[in-house]
Amino acid sequence: MDSTVLDNPPDILPERDTLTPSGLQIAVPSRDDRETLPAWFRERTASAWKDFQQLPVPSIKSEPWRYSNAKRISLAELHPAGAASATDEQQAIEQSHPINNAAARLVFVNDRLVHRDAAKLPAGVVCVSFAEALRDHEELLKQHFMKRESFLGSAKFASLHLAHVKAGTVVFVPKNVVVEHPIEIFHWVTESNAAIFPHTLVVTSEHAQVKAIDHYRSSNDALTLSCAVADIIAGAGSSITYVSCQELGEKGQALHLSSTSTHRDSKVKSFQVQLGGEFSRSESVSDLVGENSRSDMLSVSMPVGDQLVDQRTLQRHLAPHTYSDLLYKNALYDRAHSIFSGLIHVFEGAHYTDAYQTCRNLLNSEEAEASSMPGLEINADQVKCSHGSTSSPVSDEELFYLKARGIPDTEARRLIVIGFLANAVSRLEDESIETMIRERMEEKFASLVVA
Amino acid sequence: MVIENTDLSTIAPDSTGNFTFPERNKYDSGYGITEKTIDYICDVKGDPDWIREFRKKALGVFNSKPMPTHWATKDLENIKFDEFRYYLSDGQKPKRSWDDVPEDVKKTFDRLGIPEQERKFLAGVEAQYDSEAAYSNIKAAVAEQGVIFVNSTEGLHKYPEIFRKWFGKVIPTGDNKFSALNSAVFSGGSFIYVPPGVKVKHPLQAYFRINSEQFGQFERTLIIADEGAEVMYMEGCTAPKFETATLHSAVVELVAMKGAKIQYVTVQNWSSNVFNLVTKRGIAHEDAVVKWIDCNIGSRLTMKYPGVVMKGKRARGEVISIALANSGQHQDTGAKMVHAADDTTSNVISKSISIGEGRATYRGLVHIPKHLKGCKNNTECDALLINPNSRTDTYPAISVRGNQHATQHEASVSQVSADQIFYLMQRGLTEAEAMSLSVNGFINDLAKEFPMEYSVELKRLIDLEMEGSVG
Repeated sequence: MDSTVLDNPPDILPERDTLTPSGLQIAVPSRDDRETLPAWFRERTASAWKDFQQLPVPSIKSEPWRYSNAKRISLAELHPAGAASATDEQQAIEQSHPINNAAARLVFVNDRLVHRDAAKLPAGVVCVSFAEALRDHEELLKQHFMKRESFLGSAKFASLHLAHVKAGTVVFVPKNVVVEHPIEIFHWVTESNAAIFPHTLVVTSEHAQVKAIDHYRSSNDALTLSCAVADIIAGAGSSITYVSCQELGEKGQALHLSSTSTHRDSKVKSFQVQLGGEFSRSESVSDLVGENSRSDMLSVSMPVGDQLVDQRTLQRHLAPHTYSDLLYKNALYDRAHSIFSGLIHVFEGAHYTDAYQTCRNLLNSEEAEASSMPGLEINADQVKCSHGSTSSPVSDEELFYLKARGIPDTEARRLIVIGFLANAVSRLEDESIETMIRERMEEKFASLVVA
Repeated sequence: MVIENTDLSTIAPDSTGNFTFPERNKYDSGYGITEKTIDYICDVKGDPDWIREFRKKALGVFNSKPMPTHWATKDLENIKFDEFRYYLSDGQKPKRSWDDVPEDVKKTFDRLGIPEQERKFLAGVEAQYDSEAAYSNIKAAVAEQGVIFVNSTEGLHKYPEIFRKWFGKVIPTGDNKFSALNSAVFSGGSFIYVPPGVKVKHPLQAYFRINSEQFGQFERTLIIADEGAEVMYMEGCTAPKFETATLHSAVVELVAMKGAKIQYVTVQNWSSNVFNLVTKRGIAHEDAVVKWIDCNIGSRLTMKYPGVVMKGKRARGEVISIALANSGQHQDTGAKMVHAADDTTSNVISKSISIGEGRATYRGLVHIPKHLKGCKNNTECDALLINPNSRTDTYPAISVRGNQHATQHEASVSQVSADQIFYLMQRGLTEAEAMSLSVNGFINDLAKEFPMEYSVELKRLIDLEMEGSVG
């Protein structure tokens, strides 16, 4: 085990007898044992905790939660994850297979860093745990740590994250440095009824390049919650690819709030893979703040059984000559339900904007349900915008074509679904990451066929 | 009252501005809305007891419902319900012939630029002056076919057995705050019943007007097409310019029985202080078609989402809509398609144009529940922005269950391209003409769906709205 583990701040023990007014079991994080933390951080977490307690659970009638239900998040039954046993930690490390050429690998178990291998990173690149960043890169955090307003309905859960955050990764790439291969981060939760609060911050300086992947997994099918925040900030002329791959167990719940900011001439690709959990909600915001910047927002999901995939997106065009393109693809089975709500918001003065948004749902069973709310708000001139949303079953002609060539029904359907999802994946333009995502999808597919 | 004999030829074709004529109101229920207002309306109209009860119950619903500002614009909060008069009639009985119609009403029609011959040609022109029909002339041919075409008050008095069966069934009182308001104070509007198998050749028309300051108009229209019947209904609205906000909240219910077809055409041009909050919905039974063709111009705020509930197999719902929002105007329009039977299909095509600081919003709902199969929906919405401060929004919601349906939604936002304008100007058109031509081109394929005279009127209205928006 890596020596950096010792740098983790002491555990925050849940005070299980301190029930909040709403009867939640996630109790006030104890602050006394965290005196080593900077004062500003302690203040922010304390006030976030107050906000969390004061803010109501979003009502099903509130527009950002339409078709969904915040009450499905079992706050009352959850507590922050405690330390895992050495065996569990070892098992998690072994199961965190990195992609072949990964530049770095970090493994967190129950919000504690248990392994790091960052030898291949170019000099000058910062790739540290959140706790280390608080100690060694305070300015970076002060500048970027959770500076954003919550636009998509989860202010309460963003506060919960801030109140409890202690693990995650902070990446900073200095000017002109190119990190060719991805940094891969694994977050495991091994305890039942436990919640983790992973945080990811990726910042690039001018003309830097980096790719980062977050995996969210649980070692069993018990109730778990991953309440994660990822902030991606691309400096002028830089380029960032960020992938979030959620594969929690059967009863897992995921709330992933991510945001990207693109400064002048920069490019960001963000990719959400939703495969696990019974309830997963992603809120993704792209801020296009600099001229000539570009943001690609991509996602694939394959909900089965009673899984609910709830996706909310916002493309905020704040500067002229910006480009954004969103492609979300969902293949639904059984009684699964997908919700897509996206908004393109072109601000006053953001002229010459190109913004696109597409959500496609493939319904593979009679009981699957897809709800789409693609939206546009345009306040500028010389704008090219479009959105499209479709929901349909596998086309009979496609199926017939494959079957006519001797491919059995199940295999033909598999090919069509994989093909349907793959064209979002190929937009990443990184072979090793694409292969990784395809393998994760195939694995889910295999479990589906067996079941 | 003295009417000046103005030579019509001296009135410029585009003088659509000031239609205000003196008011003559024998009945006036005062300002605000209470149980007393309702008793007053019922007494004046001689409503049966069940209507009085219906109205009072609706008032309770209206008072208990909050404003829908959690999704709709906050501008709704500027409606001061106590400052409106809820019932007004000049006490005239509906007239039999054209000659009996008051001159000032005719004059307003003339200003709209509709030739008298055309008016006479059109079947069953019913002009609404304030709350009651001021003119009513059903063409003999239509009456002979057994078609009932009367105002809603007459409908509920003379044909209670048909009226009561469907009244309030398509749009229940509690549907929303404004349908409740309408249910409490409705007056005017049309009642149409087309017997089985009858295909009404001529479109039935009603012109609505508002002619009293601070007066809300609450039409209630109910159209029933019995099995295999076909009917087209047209309404056009123009409102005089007023200084204070005017509230208009209509409820329109359509019932298309098995194999029937109803087309409902609206061309509206409200003055830009009108709140136009309308609930329109149709039920389409087996093999029936309900089609809404809707054009919204003017008003301060229009909120209108024509809906179709496809209740029978193979029923079809269609909404074709054009919205034009100029400075100070917000067109919040859309469509609601509820699929409630197998093999039902729906189509929504919406085009909006925002000029100056105008704001156009598309809001849609498509619902396909899980136990159905073979349902299809197509939604297209295109928006055109004319000026740098123009604004447009699109908020559709599509919910599909099951693997036997297909839905698609597409929306685009664009400008009139500079190349296009340059090309036209090079051929001698002014910038404004070029712009007008391009905008008319943008809506051309939809304008074709309107009856000819409406599409001409529409083109004229668009030219007028475009004036001064460029250059």
